[in-house]
Amino acid sequence: MQPIIDVRQLSKTYASGFQALKPIDLQIRQGEIFALLGPNGAGKTTLISIVCGIVNPSAGSVLAGGHDVVREYRAARSQIGLVPQELTTDSFETVWNTVSFSRGLFGKAPDPAYIEKVLKDLSLWSKKDSKMITLSGGMKRRVMIAKALSHEPRILFLDEPTAGVDVELRRDMWTMVRALRASGVTIILTTHYIDEAEEMADRIGVINKGELILVQDKAELMNRLGRRQLTLQLQSPLAAIPAGLAGHALELSADGQQLVYTFDAQAERSGIDVLLRRLAELGIDFKDLRTSQSSLEDIFVDLVRERA
Amino acid sequence: MNIHGIRAIYRFEMARTRRTLLQSIVSPVISTSLYFVVFGAAIGAHMNGIDGVSYGAFIVPGLIMLSLLTQSISNASFGIYFPKFVGTIYEILSAPVSPFEIVAGYVGAAASKSIILGTIILATARLFVTFEIAHPLWMVAFLVLTAVTFSLFGFIIGIWADNFEKLQLVPLLIVTPLTFLGGSFYSIHMLSPLWQKVTLFNPVVYLISGFRWSFYGVSDVGVGISLGMTLVFLGICLGLVWWIFRSGYRLKA
Repeated sequence: MQPIIDVRQLSKTYASGFQALKPIDLQIRQGEIFALLGPNGAGKTTLISIVCGIVNPSAGSVLAGGHDVVREYRAARSQIGLVPQELTTDSFETVWNTVSFSRGLFGKAPDPAYIEKVLKDLSLWSKKDSKMITLSGGMKRRVMIAKALSHEPRILFLDEPTAGVDVELRRDMWTMVRALRASGVTIILTTHYIDEAEEMADRIGVINKGELILVQDKAELMNRLGRRQLTLQLQSPLAAIPAGLAGHALELSADGQQLVYTFDAQAERSGIDVLLRRLAELGIDFKDLRTSQSSLEDIFVDLVRERA
Repeated sequence: MNIHGIRAIYRFEMARTRRTLLQSIVSPVISTSLYFVVFGAAIGAHMNGIDGVSYGAFIVPGLIMLSLLTQSISNASFGIYFPKFVGTIYEILSAPVSPFEIVAGYVGAAASKSIILGTIILATARLFVTFEIAHPLWMVAFLVLTAVTFSLFGFIIGIWADNFEKLQLVPLLIVTPLTFLGGSFYSIHMLSPLWQKVTLFNPVVYLISGFRWSFYGVSDVGVGISLGMTLVFLGICLGLVWWIFRSGYRLKA
């Protein structure tokens, strides 16, 4: 199937000489939730801004829904909704007017019934006649989403949607994003909250210093996540792993003080009980134990550090 | 053509006018009324008419032009500067609207507002002095043409300005002096021959002269030249706007 967004050799160097994006290739599949992960200043917003027409690319091309975002900007942009990172709103407009404005701007005929539905879905209906300036930050964020959805886009960009958002709104937003995906909307979100990507995304892309260093199905990443480790702090150091423990996936630290057991958390049996019984039989005492999980965060930090 | 987009921008801008009614409409009307009271009624009563027109009536077209120019520029420059300033411009840039549609929305709204304002001032003036309009169609044509041209000029200033100071700078330092020296309050024939020549470099002279001709059938320069100069200025502004959108100047990184 043709990707809904097709980024080819896209790069951006700002007038200051700062290279925000090195040549990037990225294909977004229709109907997926794609999370773009990366630290601040990695190029996430630049990439989104180019696709949406806010920043001009230095080189390369982007197709959105099969339309070049520069040459056929009208066809491309009318399918895209953007929720920017910053809460920039027209303070003196009412919620209803500002959302209706967005719909008109994107070339759609007025449809009060649809706007009503969007506002209700986002729990904004009671605020429809309130001026933007009177709303809380969370409410403003909801209005930004309503504006982006006002013209029924096929592609939705959420740039750091949950930055500075309380738990309730965060949960609402995730529910909404899932409902949108169920209705066939493709969603691209950027975040530096890894748990968010973990919770929401079908696929994850990691971007750092303008380079896309990994694009993978979340499920595959989760396999790497599924690895857990049990670390045993020994009472007295061992010179080598005793023969009696062969067959267990064990590693001994260089100083002989720590035994590290790696297991699959997803598996039916972790094998911890067997291992601990075996250790007791062999008379190997330990003074402390802890288990740890390699998280997306670790993978991410490793990846980012590798490239540094 | 994204008609809904043009309408959205136009209506948004007109809503802004309604919200700031006092500032947008009432204050220019009050200040213009003061001009009439001082120059028209109080001082004008002691002055001879110019070109056979009473002084009070003579300044009517100039005063309307004065408001038209300053208001067109400030309406249009603020209209596009403010979204840039608060960041809401992102939505305009990411929308499927062409540069022409953006300009039509913003400049159309600014010009409409100026035309409404000009009409109100004209009606206000009628309360102070009596005058007749010799060429009403031409009067409307000059009014509309000037409003559109200077709204375009204001749009350019709004894009160029990256702080509030610059936004005020051009109207204050250039447009107001040019308008005062452009024959709002006098006929350029009253100047010495040298200054008459110098004044011809002031584009506002042509606007006021043409506009006054549509009222009283007398003018400082030929009406054809007035019209031509106005169109030239319109052309220059259109060219600049075209370049702005082509290059993304001060709009896109």
